[in-house]
Amino acid sequence: MMSRLRSHRWWIYIPLLMAALFYLIPMYVMLVTGFKGFDEVSLKTMWDLPKAIRFDNFIEAYQKLAPFLWNSLNMVFPAAIISSILGSVNGYVLAKWKFKGANIIFPAILFGMFIPYQSIIIPLVEFMRDVNMYGGLPGLVLAHVIYGIPITTLTFRNYYANVPTELIEASRIDGCGILSSFWHILLPISAPAFVVVIIWQFTSAWNDFLFAVVLTSPSNWPITVALNNMAGSQIIAWNVQMAGSFLAALPTLLIYIFLGRYFLRGLMAGALKG
Amino acid sequence: MRIKRETVLSVALVTPSILAIAVFVYGFIGWTARVSVSQWKGLLPDYTFVGLENFIGLFNDPRFHIDIRNTLIFTIIFVIGSLIIGLGLAILLDQNIKGEGIFRSLYLFPMAISFIVTGVVWRWLMNPAAGSRMSGLNLLFDSLGLDFLVSQWHTTPYWGIAFIAIPAIWQMSGYTMALYLGGLRGIPVQLREAAQVDGANEFQIYRFIILPLLRPITLSAMIILGHISLKVFDLIIAVAGKQLPLDVPAIYMWQTTFDGYFFGRGAAIGILLLLSVAVLIIPYLIFTLRTEAEL
Repeated sequence: MMSRLRSHRWWIYIPLLMAALFYLIPMYVMLVTGFKGFDEVSLKTMWDLPKAIRFDNFIEAYQKLAPFLWNSLNMVFPAAIISSILGSVNGYVLAKWKFKGANIIFPAILFGMFIPYQSIIIPLVEFMRDVNMYGGLPGLVLAHVIYGIPITTLTFRNYYANVPTELIEASRIDGCGILSSFWHILLPISAPAFVVVIIWQFTSAWNDFLFAVVLTSPSNWPITVALNNMAGSQIIAWNVQMAGSFLAALPTLLIYIFLGRYFLRGLMAGALKG
Repeated sequence: MRIKRETVLSVALVTPSILAIAVFVYGFIGWTARVSVSQWKGLLPDYTFVGLENFIGLFNDPRFHIDIRNTLIFTIIFVIGSLIIGLGLAILLDQNIKGEGIFRSLYLFPMAISFIVTGVVWRWLMNPAAGSRMSGLNLLFDSLGLDFLVSQWHTTPYWGIAFIAIPAIWQMSGYTMALYLGGLRGIPVQLREAAQVDGANEFQIYRFIILPLLRPITLSAMIILGHISLKVFDLIIAVAGKQLPLDVPAIYMWQTTFDGYFFGRGAAIGILLLLSVAVLIIPYLIFTLRTEAEL
């Protein structure tokens, strides 16, 4: 087909490249600024390339943000793993063991992923105070696990729905019960779904601000809260803020670069299009 | 017997999650609703019933009027901007071009970054300082001879909130592109070929065949983007801090509750936010799940 010929339409690349520029500008500024030496940093020259690669800004930003980066790391791994396990069990039952009422329960669970958390945050804080988890990281993990259940359940349910039910039935004829079918048949083929869900939960817990700012005390702040605080202060120079932003974005950026395919799948699940 | 036992077991497996959602989503919404009709001010809970006083107070509150106006302006610009850029890029990427994968990744990567990081970087890009202190995009435009683009950004009187939509579009338009691209890939090639055989030109094919087929995607995208913009909060804080001209309900809620201890009023804002999201999401959920069941 003529219209499918590549050489025919060189002009298409003009808007595509312009758009790429739009998406890259903030990255450019973050990196160029980060790699400049302190003597070179000036708002007047913020678009210029560094004369030499220096790490002053990154070192200073890391010194200021290191404890908070560790808080985030300590919080996101348990949050992502626990909510994935819950999601896979729920997804299995909802896809393959439709009990009475499952048709009402599923949408009722899903609604939980769209609610504005402002509508539950006051009771959540009260609850955390009551169970003595207010201010610490375990409470934040608990919040991410519970409010992660809808999206993880949805992803696993859609994934398991595509597994032929005959597989389960065959295993039942061989004497498997509900748990051993899950353990022997579904779990071994669940790796792709686990990757999608863990990446998704990792990213959203890492990037979360609302739960973090409300539920944690300053020594337990995750990186988003610490970075925002740094940006709001008059003392810390903008170049260090830029380097700090890059450090805060790095873990999820790396995941995106190396596992982007799965990340995209997680996004699509969020649009209810598993 | 075995069947019965297994049914019980299957229910038992999902019970912890169902209970968690029942308590932490629905129970807590109920609790917030109760706070929203109470006179709770200050550190100690006070559930004395005051009816709709908090809600009436909000609707007479000039700050809440600013919030509603800002949310509307932000939503319109953010949703329309993301849809247009997303659709445009998806159509361009669908032309069988070289390096499609690279372009797609470049457009999508902002999704991996937090609103806080986006906000901090854009705070410096949208620096409104003028004259010799000019920096950020203004400096870039100025040195490229594009002076007419130099702007006061989010400090523009009255319309500042519109500029906050720019970083939001930066972050979410790639996602919209991915939604549309998925939709375009789902359209059978035969449909286009048949139209070409009938003598339709490229423009007509898009106008009369492809765009109508993408309508459900537009609807999903509008609902997803719309509910994000109702909740927008951290992006504004990171770009501009808390300031009245750029206030939105989510920021008001946070400040009045956790800085001012007006729990009753904060809860009322939370409930209003929930209702506005529910109006969008509940029909969407019902519709999507019903279509899914029919397949």
